[in-house]
Amino acid sequence: MTYQFSFAWIIQYWPVLAKGIGITLELTLVGAVLGVALGTACAWARALGPNWLKPVVAAYVELIRNTPFMIQLFFIFFGLPSLGVQMSELTVANLAMVVNLGAYSCEIIRAGIQATPRGQFEAGASLAMTPFETFRHVVLLPAMRRIWPALSSQIVIVMLGSAVVSQIAVEDLTFAANFIQSRNFRAFETYIVSTLVYLVLAIAMRQILSGIGWVLFPGRKA
Amino acid sequence: MSLIAITEVKKRFGSNEVLKGISIDVQPGEVIAIIGKSGSGKSTLLRCINGLETIDDGSISVAGAQLLPDEIHLKALRLKVGMIFQQFNLFPHLTAGRNVMLSQMVVKKTPKDEAEAVARKMLDRVGLSQKFDAYPEELSGGQQQRVAIARALAMSPMALLCDEITSALDPELVAEVLAVVRELAAEGMTLLMVTHEMKFARDVCSRVVFMHQGRVHEIGRPEDVFAAPKTVELRQFLGLH
Amino acid sequence: MVEFTLWDILRNLLLATRWTILLSLVSFVGGGLVGLLLLFARIGKRRFARMLAVGYIELFQGTPLLMQLFLAFFGLGLVGIDVPAWLAAGTALILWTAAFLAEIWRGCVESIARGQWEASASLGMGRLQQMRYVILPQALKIAIPPTVGFSVQVVKGTALTSIIGFVELSKAGSVVTNATFLPFTVYGLVALIYFALCWPLSKSSQILERKLNVAHRDH
Repeated sequence: MTYQFSFAWIIQYWPVLAKGIGITLELTLVGAVLGVALGTACAWARALGPNWLKPVVAAYVELIRNTPFMIQLFFIFFGLPSLGVQMSELTVANLAMVVNLGAYSCEIIRAGIQATPRGQFEAGASLAMTPFETFRHVVLLPAMRRIWPALSSQIVIVMLGSAVVSQIAVEDLTFAANFIQSRNFRAFETYIVSTLVYLVLAIAMRQILSGIGWVLFPGRKA
Repeated sequence: MSLIAITEVKKRFGSNEVLKGISIDVQPGEVIAIIGKSGSGKSTLLRCINGLETIDDGSISVAGAQLLPDEIHLKALRLKVGMIFQQFNLFPHLTAGRNVMLSQMVVKKTPKDEAEAVARKMLDRVGLSQKFDAYPEELSGGQQQRVAIARALAMSPMALLCDEITSALDPELVAEVLAVVRELAAEGMTLLMVTHEMKFARDVCSRVVFMHQGRVHEIGRPEDVFAAPKTVELRQFLGLH
Repeated sequence: MVEFTLWDILRNLLLATRWTILLSLVSFVGGGLVGLLLLFARIGKRRFARMLAVGYIELFQGTPLLMQLFLAFFGLGLVGIDVPAWLAAGTALILWTAAFLAEIWRGCVESIARGQWEASASLGMGRLQQMRYVILPQALKIAIPPTVGFSVQVVKGTALTSIIGFVELSKAGSVVTNATFLPFTVYGLVALIYFALCWPLSKSSQILERKLNVAHRDH
């Protein structure tokens, strides 16, 4: 007996897949924008922030980077309600992704800031800029340009990692695949198709992100 | 019979032809200096002779054997011709002695004690017998380059190619390396060297090749080339007006 | 109703942690071996093997590990009849780890200066000899910090195998939560155990990296 592959079901279930793709992209977009913003703030705090804040941020970054994303998600989804914090599945997923990417992008951006020549800080200071002004106008842009490739791959990693949110019933691409395979009993083909969709998304995202890098951080590579 | 026969060699990088038909015959025991501006193709020529670059046209043969770009022929060629690089390229994870021993053991399958004996002899020849156990990072540039020479000599090549071997050195270290080369020349080693040391070229070399825009522009004995350059380009290069 | 003490919870989680550790070790070692083969294909001279390796790495780095686990689970099911979760989990994690390690190591090999290849070639060494005696010994040293760093990703990656039914730390977390109705405590402890496994690896990777940088600056 040989297994007969079939992909005819795709046409029927295409709307389900499309909805899943939409939610995965939405999660990624929100996660990327807010996560990088959070990461930038944390990077600033670790480099130039008040002294009491530095260890707090450091602990946050270490805790997130050394635990699985799925456990972070479960902790927020199952654990926080027992403290009286109630959120929808989608909000939890968004929050978990922002918190996760925030920690990683903090480290990446910090590395970029550390690679800034000392003279840049000194030049800023000698022009009577405050440390924050120097950070904002002199340090941040070259640092972001330098680390944009690393940040881009981290965003793609977060997108791929978001597959786990299906486990708390967020109707993303993986959720759609699970749903379809429970109806058509063609698990292998269903997962092949959804895996390829992820691959296309990842490749497309890399292209788009490098395009964004060109627009946001023009000029010479540092 | 010439030891190295270079015949009508052409080499292109993309659309840029860097060697436009070079022919030079090198006799055993000759010391030849190749001079010229940067970009004249002199380093490329040397790299072609060692098979580090493939040639697009023409032929190179060493001791009668044709240079062909497959691994067996390349290996045979490289056993006959050693090369010294501008940046020394010592293996940083091995001591000076090990640097000299490695290829004897790996390529020629020389037993370890024999390879070590050869290594000690070669390091002694370049005046570094006491540095056998030193790592490259512990040596000065001049010492590193002398180890590199010992490493090439340990393979008992018929000729040595020297690619600007003093250009990366601090001025005060140039002399010790040139002294080694001078000694090799005196012992009858065939040398083909790209160099900016004009005085050395004049004193030690049997012939000087002036390359210009991918061609051999002038060739001759140093006293002729340096004292009576025939072309405007060579006069300019030598700073004569 | 049965009362669970904190110790009951912790003991159950720690017992399951053994499986997390074992799966991590198997994935890391197996992935390292497959990764080495991939590396040689990726930097070798044969064009076909090179393209195959590029495609493999792209595929495994560009898709979710969770999907790879599903595919291993249901794909192996098409071949055999009954796939135990540990087999699917181990297979997927090994293949996934291999892709990342191969890519990390390729970066290390390519960071070795071109002059090292040229000098060893000019001494008559063949490609394998150059690799064995000159390039790999140097690349290995640079490769240690990022390789140790990636082991953290492997440990965290094993958490996903709970979804296809492999009983390890995360799965135990769900089970214990369902029995105790103490999700905050249980998932908090699960997170701390993962942290205790991963943080020393992260830290040693950083320390090794710093040592290497200092050594390089001294050159």
